[in-house]
Amino acid sequence: MTDTVERKALTREHLLDVYRTMRTIREFEERVHAEFATGDIPGFVHLYAGEEASAAGVCSNLDERDTIASTHRGHGHCIARGVDVVEMMAEIYGRKTGSCHGKGGSMHIADLSKGMLGANGIVGGGPPLICGTALAAKIKGTGGVSVAFFGDGGSNQGTTLESMNLASVWNLPAVFVAENNGYAETTSSTWSVASDNIADRAAGFGMPGVIVDGFDFFAVHEAAREAVARAREGGGPTLIEMKFTRYFGHFEGDQQTYRADEVARARAELDCLKRFADRVTETGELSVADLDAVDAEVATLIETAVEAAKAAPLPTEADLLTDVYVRY
Amino acid sequence: MARNITYREAINEALTQEMERDESVIVLGEDNAGGAGAPGEDDAWGGVLGVTKGLYHKFPGRVLDTPISESAFIGAAIGAATAGLRPVAELMFVDFMGVCFDQIYNQAAKFRYMFGGKAVTPVVIRTMYGAGLRAAAQHSQCLYPLFTHIPGLKVVLPATPYDAKGLLTQAIRDNDPVMFFEHKALYDLAGPVPEESYALPFGEANVVREGGDVTIVTLGRMVHTSLSAASELAAAGVQCEVIDLRTTSPLDSDTVLESVEATGRLVVVDEAHPRCSIATDISALVAQKAFGALRAPIEMVTAPHTPVPFSTALEDIFIPDAQRVVNAVKAVTGWTR
Repeated sequence: MTDTVERKALTREHLLDVYRTMRTIREFEERVHAEFATGDIPGFVHLYAGEEASAAGVCSNLDERDTIASTHRGHGHCIARGVDVVEMMAEIYGRKTGSCHGKGGSMHIADLSKGMLGANGIVGGGPPLICGTALAAKIKGTGGVSVAFFGDGGSNQGTTLESMNLASVWNLPAVFVAENNGYAETTSSTWSVASDNIADRAAGFGMPGVIVDGFDFFAVHEAAREAVARAREGGGPTLIEMKFTRYFGHFEGDQQTYRADEVARARAELDCLKRFADRVTETGELSVADLDAVDAEVATLIETAVEAAKAAPLPTEADLLTDVYVRY
Repeated sequence: MARNITYREAINEALTQEMERDESVIVLGEDNAGGAGAPGEDDAWGGVLGVTKGLYHKFPGRVLDTPISESAFIGAAIGAATAGLRPVAELMFVDFMGVCFDQIYNQAAKFRYMFGGKAVTPVVIRTMYGAGLRAAAQHSQCLYPLFTHIPGLKVVLPATPYDAKGLLTQAIRDNDPVMFFEHKALYDLAGPVPEESYALPFGEANVVREGGDVTIVTLGRMVHTSLSAASELAAAGVQCEVIDLRTTSPLDSDTVLESVEATGRLVVVDEAHPRCSIATDISALVAQKAFGALRAPIEMVTAPHTPVPFSTALEDIFIPDAQRVVNAVKAVTGWTR
């Protein structure tokens, strides 16, 4: 697959930032995969590896006015919004120092101060909430845009379809990002999505629908740039469908017997990090040394995060009953 | 300065005063104004039973009609609450919770805890409940026990116009998600309500009648049924203390327990079904915490374990009435080991 988008030039600093984001997501997920296998990480963990260009490409168009809602596969969205990686890792380990003090876990990492309204354990849970944050931005006149990430599974939830309709009816500054990684748990999106493409549904909700190669950072960035700009200018919502695959199972422990040998091919031929690196080094925008420096920096960060998480205290019984209400 | 207004007017007045006081308060729901996109008048309905009438013109841009998409707009209210607004969303009939409950109990109720105390979600969901309008099985239920079960939600059931205004004002100012239950048979009930704004605290039951023989714990429309029974019983020499819980979450257990300690007898009157209800909850509370004071088994007066029937003849016997409360009080006062 070749890059087809004639992109607007991104600054060197911007390119380094998005590479750092994608590399951080990849290293974070690969490490969580390895650590989960040791039995140290409790619960259900859904990894985002392979999909980095989506989170990085969309979120690199956002700023502090903006809000996203994520999915059960939410680590990448958190990192792309700047949620603290050390705190994220501690959260996944169930530690008191975690992003949610160990009360949320992998499926519920949130940081509202970073415009990250949470990973979400409910498929299709996020799109209605994003209508609300977009409505608040519109009423308050902040210029903020809200983005709902959901998967091919979430694209079949009524909440998502209702929300796309409502966002058009209210002309909200919203972007709907369908991350079609091919499988809802074990079920192929070629079977579960009745239309040829999720993006085709946009027409039914009176908004543009765009299909993007989700492995291509630059294609994602450009599609998201247009959608975010339209939303910010009062032009209403857009549906963007990313087509790609996830590198790991639905959750850790999934034997993936339903899949063909597509991951090896994707890693070898389609991988978003490889393609990004090839492209920016070909054009001379970044050097191999630039990328290596980021890789080293990220490796240190992830190692620090894992060590800190393992050493961090667990919550205590006193924490069990706190923060149910603001006041009760 | 108090004057008599209806329960409907009291709710409208609380909304009006809070919207005047705080521009972050917005109202949204199906036909909350009415006539959106239609060729006739704006504010055509003001809500299906007219509760929000007039707000649309008073507060331009802050009263939003919605498609019939409860998941989307209840969720939107919740999302907006995390982003600095104080939305008051109307779930027309609580029976419709089935098409949006996830947003309420998995999202709004859990944000604060699951995000480690970082989220504040000051949303109010107003909803109609209760039988009596011949609206049958899908428009008449008393589903407040389901919401009371969920940590993170507050559940409020005003019985009078005075409480409706004061509790709704508190609900809007409150920083937690609040389910505000309005009994559809009470909208035309008139009573004294101060013109000025006031908030009634949650978790404080109201002793609406004092008495030393039997404690009646009740809520919502059943407060009036219980008061009728108490009047009749007083004429027969039995003095009932009637406690209106006002909120089921938080629950004012102290007022209930203190009363039962004094009377030794408990009747719980709840329009909900008998299983896993407020009636069973209060009964369990008293059995656990005031067992030694009880001089008779606890009686529960509830609707039966059936859907709400349509026919007048059936609905009238479905809803607990004063005679059933009288009978229950007589059972606890006449009980001998």
